[in-house]
Order: sequence, then C-alpha cells, then structure tokens
Amino acid sequence: MAELETPLSAGGAPARTRVRLSSVVVRLSGDSGDGIQVAGGQLALATALSGSDLETFPDFPAEIRAPSGTTYGVSSFQIHIADHRVHTVGDRPDVLVAFNPAALKVNLPDLREGALVVLDPDSFGPRALERARFAEDPRRDGTLSRFRVLEIPIEALARGAARGSGVSAREAGRTKNFWALGLILWMYDRDPAPVRAWIARRFASDPRLAAANRAAFDAGYAFGETSELALPTYTVARAPLPPGTYRTVTGHEALAFGLLDGARNAGLELVFCSYPITPASGLLHLLAGMRAYGVTTFQAEDEIAAVCAAIGASYAGAIGVTASSGPGMALKTEALGLAVAAELPLVVVDAQRAGPSTGMPTKTEQSDLFQAIWGRNGETPLVVLAAATPADCFAMAREAIRIAVHHMTPVVLLTDGYLANAAEPWRLPAFASEPEFPVRFPSPGEKTSPWARDARGVRPWIPPGTPGLAHRITGLEKDFETGAISYDPANHARMTEARRRKVLAVADDIPEQRCEQGEPGARLAVVGWGSTYGPIADAVAEVRARGGDVAQIHLRYLWPLPRNLGELLSSFGRILVPEMNTGQLAALLRACFLVPAESLSKVTGRPFAVRELVDAIERGLGEAP
Amino acid sequence: MNDSARMFEPADYRSDQEVRWCPGCGDYAVLRAVEKALAELRADPDRTVFVSGIGCAARFPHYLATYGFHGIHGRAPAIATGIKLAKPELDVWVVGGDGDMLAIGTNHLIHALRRDVDLVIMILNNEVYGLTKGQASPTTPLGTRTPSTPLGVVERPLSACALALAAGARFVARALDVQQKLLPELLVRARNHRGAALVEILQNCVIYADGAWSHLSDKTRAPETRIVVRHGEPLLFANGRKGLALARDRAGLAIVEVGPEGPDAAGVLRHDERDRTLAALLADLAPPMPVALGVLYADPAPQSFERALRAQEEQARAREGARDLDALVRRAPTWEVAA
Repeated sequence: MAELETPLSAGGAPARTRVRLSSVVVRLSGDSGDGIQVAGGQLALATALSGSDLETFPDFPAEIRAPSGTTYGVSSFQIHIADHRVHTVGDRPDVLVAFNPAALKVNLPDLREGALVVLDPDSFGPRALERARFAEDPRRDGTLSRFRVLEIPIEALARGAARGSGVSAREAGRTKNFWALGLILWMYDRDPAPVRAWIARRFASDPRLAAANRAAFDAGYAFGETSELALPTYTVARAPLPPGTYRTVTGHEALAFGLLDGARNAGLELVFCSYPITPASGLLHLLAGMRAYGVTTFQAEDEIAAVCAAIGASYAGAIGVTASSGPGMALKTEALGLAVAAELPLVVVDAQRAGPSTGMPTKTEQSDLFQAIWGRNGETPLVVLAAATPADCFAMAREAIRIAVHHMTPVVLLTDGYLANAAEPWRLPAFASEPEFPVRFPSPGEKTSPWARDARGVRPWIPPGTPGLAHRITGLEKDFETGAISYDPANHARMTEARRRKVLAVADDIPEQRCEQGEPGARLAVVGWGSTYGPIADAVAEVRARGGDVAQIHLRYLWPLPRNLGELLSSFGRILVPEMNTGQLAALLRACFLVPAESLSKVTGRPFAVRELVDAIERGLGEAP
Repeated sequence: MNDSARMFEPADYRSDQEVRWCPGCGDYAVLRAVEKALAELRADPDRTVFVSGIGCAARFPHYLATYGFHGIHGRAPAIATGIKLAKPELDVWVVGGDGDMLAIGTNHLIHALRRDVDLVIMILNNEVYGLTKGQASPTTPLGTRTPSTPLGVVERPLSACALALAAGARFVARALDVQQKLLPELLVRARNHRGAALVEILQNCVIYADGAWSHLSDKTRAPETRIVVRHGEPLLFANGRKGLALARDRAGLAIVEVGPEGPDAAGVLRHDERDRTLAALLADLAPPMPVALGVLYADPAPQSFERALRAQEEQARAREGARDLDALVRRAPTWEVAA
C-alpha cells in the first residue's frame, strides 16, 4: 500500500531531512519514443539493489509508432517501492513524471489526491495541448489544483548537460529520460552507481551516447542537490526479504527459466513452438535468445502448426511446449483434443488477454478459465494450472512440465497480460545438478506396450526410435488393450473413463490446498486464482491487520482441484471470489462443491485495486454470519 | 537407417492391421509401392515414422509396421515438423490426400516445403473427398458434378506440383499409383533427397472418381497423354515420335515431331532436374499436352531446416560457452539479502 507516513508537502528547505516512507508509487509517462521503459527498468534496478521490495508494470501503447504527443501514443511505467512485502504496483501513483501534456491527460484520473506531478513546461506548447485534446492549459485552469506540481524544463536541462559529449542536439534532447531518472533517484535516496554502470555497458559501442546519457543522468541527480525549488526528499527502507541472492523477473522471464529448468529436471530436450500473438510473444523472444541453454524454438506458420509441432516433438520424446493468448488458444483447440486422445505430454501457456475475439490485446483479463478446462469437443480432460505472481511463473512452469511428462497429459498453464509483463524480486533457486523428476523411457528389449497403463492409469511414453516397440497412435478411439482403432460401444465408455480418471488422479500428485493467510473456519474466505493474487494478498493483509477474520485461498491447481478444497471451503462463513471475468471460478466451485461462492467481477482490462477488494471484504465481513 | 544384418522384404513393413480400403482402391497400389521402397531403402521400422492427417489416404500409418501417428485433418506436416525438431535422425514420411494436403492443410504443406524440413510428403491425389463421400476437392476438374456441386464445379483446380514449386520445394515428383516401377523409384529418391520432398501420386478412387486418371494409365492412350521425364534425357513421348521443345512464339513448351535426324535436331529439350523454370513448365502441363511424370525438380540445399537449426544451436553454445541455468539467470544484475 502506498501509505505515506508524512504528507508530500513535507519537503521544502534546501537543507533537507529525508522523510521516511513506508511505500511510494511512482509512474513515469511520456511518448513511446521517450525511453520511458528504459528509465523505468533502471529505477527498478536501483530500487532492488537498495533492498526495498518492489513490483513494476509497463503500460505500452497498442500502436507501434503512434503519432507523437497523442494520448494513444503514451507509454508508462509504474513502480511500487516499499519497506515491506508488496504484491501489486499500487492502486494510485504518489508521483507522476509526465513528459508531455498527453501523458498528463492519460494519467490524471489515476493520481491520488496530493500527488506530486513533475512536468516539463517547455512541452506545453499550444500544439501539444491541442494534440492531447486539452481545451485549456491544465496548469492554469485549476485541473491540477489537487496536486503538487513541479515544473522543471527537463529536456532543456538534459540537452544542456549532454551537449558537450559530441552528440547532436536531437540526441542530446533524447537523454531527458536519464535526466529525470537521476532526479528521481536523488529524491528517493537510491544509489546512482548501478545506473551509471548500466549506461556504460549499454552504450559501450558508442562512447558519445554513453557520455551524453551519463551527463544527463548526473545532471538530474545534481539538480536535486542544488536546485532552489522546494524539492521533497524521501527514503524508503529495506524490506524484510528472506535471505538469498535476488534479481528482478517479469512473468515471461520466470516462465522461460521455469520451462528450461522443468525440461532439465525431466531429463528432456525442450522444444518451444509458437506463433506471434500479444501478449504471449514475449516468451518466444526470450526463449529464442536462450538456444545455447537447451531449447529449440520454432516460429510456426500459425497457431495450429505451433501446437501440432509441439505435439510432434513430445511424440518424439522431447517436451513440446506452445504458448498463446485467447484467440490463438481457440485455434489450438482441436490439436489439444488430439494430445488428450493420443495421451501425450504437452505444455500450453495461455497468457490471457481481454476478449472476446480479438478483444483488447494489450489489456489483462482472466476469462479463459472455462476455455482451458472445458473448451474442447468431446470428453477431453486435461490439467489446468495458473501462476499467481511473476516470480511464481518459474515454479508453475516447472510444475506444468513435471505433471505433463509423469501423467502423459497436456497441461494448460494460465498466466495473463499483467503477469507476463509485471516484474518483482525473485530469489534465485539452487539448481540441482541431477534431474529431480527424470522421465524413464522403455529400454531396448523391454516388454511393454503403449497401452499398458500403470496403477495411476498412465501409459508408457515410447518415442519412435525405441527398438522393438514400433506402434501406431491416433486421434480415433482406440481399443483399451491393443490401441487398435475401435468403435466398440463398451470400449469407448471404458476409454472415456480411463482418460477422465487419469487426469483426476493428478490430484494425488499435487499439494493439498492451504490458506495463504488466515485459518480454516474464518468468517470470510477470499478465493482467487492467477494474477489476482497480488491485490487479494495485500487487501486481506490490510483487513487482517485491523483484526478482520478473513482468510486467503489461492488456487494454483485449477483442474483437477486439490483433494481437500471442498472440505476447506465448507469451513468458511462466506466465500468471496474476485475474478477478472464474470464469475468463472465461482461457477466452477459452486458446480464442484455446492458451496455458496459469491463472485466479485471486474472486466475493465485492468487488475483489481487493493482498495476495491478491501471494501468488498469489509462489506462481506459486515454481512457475514 | 540401414541394418545390414537383416533381410528386408516388402512384407516386413506390413502391420498386423486388416487393410480397410475399398476393394480396387488405388491406395493398395501405393501401399505396395511404399513397402517396396522401404525394402529397397532397408529402412529400419523402429526409426521410421509415418505421419498422416485425416482421410482415406491418412489410414496409411495403421497398415505399416513402422512407428505411426494418425493425427488430425491437414496437420500432418506440422506434426512431422515437430518430430524432426526433436529427433532429426528419424526418417519421417507424411501421407495425405488432396483434401488433407491441398485444402484444410495447405498452409502447413507450403511451409514445410518452404522451410525444407527433411520429410517425404506423399499427396495421394484422387480429385475427390473419399471418406466424407464424394464431395469436390481442390483438384476436382471444372464442371464435375458431385454431391456438393450438383450443378458442376466452377472453381479451377489446383496443381500440387506447381504449388510445391511456388512454395520453394527442392524436390518435386509425380507418378501414377499403378506405375509400380516408377513410383517406388521416386519414393526411394525422395527419401534420399536431403530436405522436403514432395511426391504427387495420381491415385484412383474406384467409388467416387473412378477413371480420373485412366487417360494416363490406359496402355493404348498413355504414350500420347503422358511423358516420363529423366534427368539428362530428351523430353520424348509417343514412343519417341514426339518431344517437348521451347515454343517459338511464347514462354512455354510446345510439342514437336521427332524426325529421323533425332530429338536434338527437332529442338527437343533435355530434362535438367535442377532447372526450376523447366520444372515449373513441366508441372503445368495438362491435356491436350502430355502430363509430366517422374522427378520434375531436384536441387537439394546444403542443409535441411532442422539440421540448420541444430547447427545454429551448436554455434550459440560454442559462442556463449557451455553455461548452465545458474549462469543464465545471473545475466541480469543480482543482489544479496543477508540473513
């Protein structure tokens, strides 16, 4: 939570004493060409190295090169910095740095009362105001009266600082992101050294640009020290993180590492087949850059080819993985049925986005739960998992591979646009030198058959190339004993049950459901899945800190559900299910356990705010039995 | 993959499954030709995979004693590509009909050919949908009446070989199902070709399009209606009395009479299977010109797709060193939190 211990107006005199903040939410915003994401990434790094907890989220425009100065071309980066564990980027910014009027326009509705707004007055020309569709200059008409406004000619100061480095006037002006970053680091007491080192590495091939950006950054930092302006100064202390080595990861980065680690622990090659789609493409880009580390990546001609190639790779004895988002998932549907019928391992990552159809590609939603669990023709069960946080994507990607290869089943791993791009600190795991869950293929000469199921109902995985065990697999119905094509009525009923039981038996191989916070029997349980983890965790913690009897349940295993879930849910007075859809998990829980789960729905393309959930929980507690 | 300790007979490649094509179906002849080719190649059944989609032809894998994957409609080239990505050393064959490969799965066919994945791709073209009972397919001739086109087909048919060449295929061949010497020979060559090899097999459906190729298979008419091309040999047909030469007045092939002075004097072209332009002209020949059979085009690239990918990975490993995951995750800045 962005609770300031002292109001922002506490700054003032040039001789500064730093005000301690428990947390702060900073948003940088400008044109997509202004280097917002680069500056944001460095702010995150400097924050991480200072030991505070953080969560970040980039908000890119959907257009690739939107006309400059327009509201739809605005690119933003938000960071939540805290001296305690935080799980969201914060409901409302405490600080906005807006490089142009359009950035101010877009972000105004989100700012908290009294927020600090840093503007570049030189960017507020009549043409820029018109492009941002401001009828009047917002600095003059009272629009900003609820905020504390600092007008600093950022671009001019950056240009002046960078000029001496031998760069053009245009290049000098483009260092304004680093100038602003320097000022923010000074305001929030972050060590500038890591950013300086990064600039040196990033521009190693062009010493002029390195010198220009360094000069601008240093000038921004020094501006804080020397300015006559009443600049506020703060510090945010270290957060109590468990000991270890950390880095920041986005959900996509954690997924890529988790897939590599999962394949390694299974003793398998990883073959990743994908087709470009927002927001899943980022995973393809990352893995394509990791081909020296044991992954083959394949950009297919379409979504169907991507999943089919992954199925082919799994058939051949690698672990095939494909990734997509809503509409692409729909295209993969028939092939998922083939993987179920052929009983092959497969991992499908669905980075969900707002639907239906093409919907809002860059906006987040979690509305593919029904599609993942049930969205195929026939009785076609498979396993569905969901990652809770960016760092959790690592563990769940590993888990998806473990379950797929040991239960011979496709596994859908649900993430979403928020998880894919948000970043948070990640404690590096200790990578074991030996595979932790190796796959055992039949050895040459071993007497087995592809349809000799074990006690869990799992068939052996016999890749082509295995001597003496050549066989045929098909998406047609198979004889239970021989695997030959069969349309026998009793056999079809038996095979349908065999496929169903095999997937339900995965529940014996996953952890029992526990409470993330609170105890069984609480007056109210908040049950979530996927990226709602962050706002739910923070909201439940806040209500519990005030003595509210509320528990948090977070599902990472959506199908099959944990064995004890029904009993656990029955212990609570009320069950509240916040979802970024119109109530899919709530419907699932009602159908499976006959519990009175109540849906809290949000479908705006944006994550829940912590405040919204706190209000809903308090309302629920007020009415709870 | 060869296993010299064993004798290989065509029957060794037959599975225990009862073959369920209609009596008289051309697929039987194709199955026989495939068995002959596998025996000649001394193919190891344990390292050979047949992949198919849906349709009559797609039943193929069930009838062979190799590994087999009978998948979903049109997607066999994509599944086969995935197999080669994981295990480049396997011999992978794709079998499909004209509906499978030239309608629902055309996109995958085009891209498997364009990428040059090391696959043999057999298209059994019978100009009709068989398994779904006789609808017009993308190769059905204009005017044909079928249950889905009772007033006659108004779409122009697609040429599999012309499409393959346009997609960048580096091996394109064509034969009739009944050509039991030529077809196995083409299949052996296709298998030995490095990269994607397309073999179009003109196959007779006795139920829904019987006689579709009889003008080519009928012994009395065949000399005038078809030409079997061989690398380095003159393009002759009609028992050597006619040949194909470059037309004088347009960019195309023309029929010339071959006199006593021989084919060269008549301007008859010699087949050069590395000549893509000639292959395109041959692929397009349709009655009243003779239909071209044999290897129309064969010009292997130095490396197939999946081998090129592997080579890239080797290079990346050599460049970045044999680093482990621990090194990978530490490519970003890290920090320590003390206990």
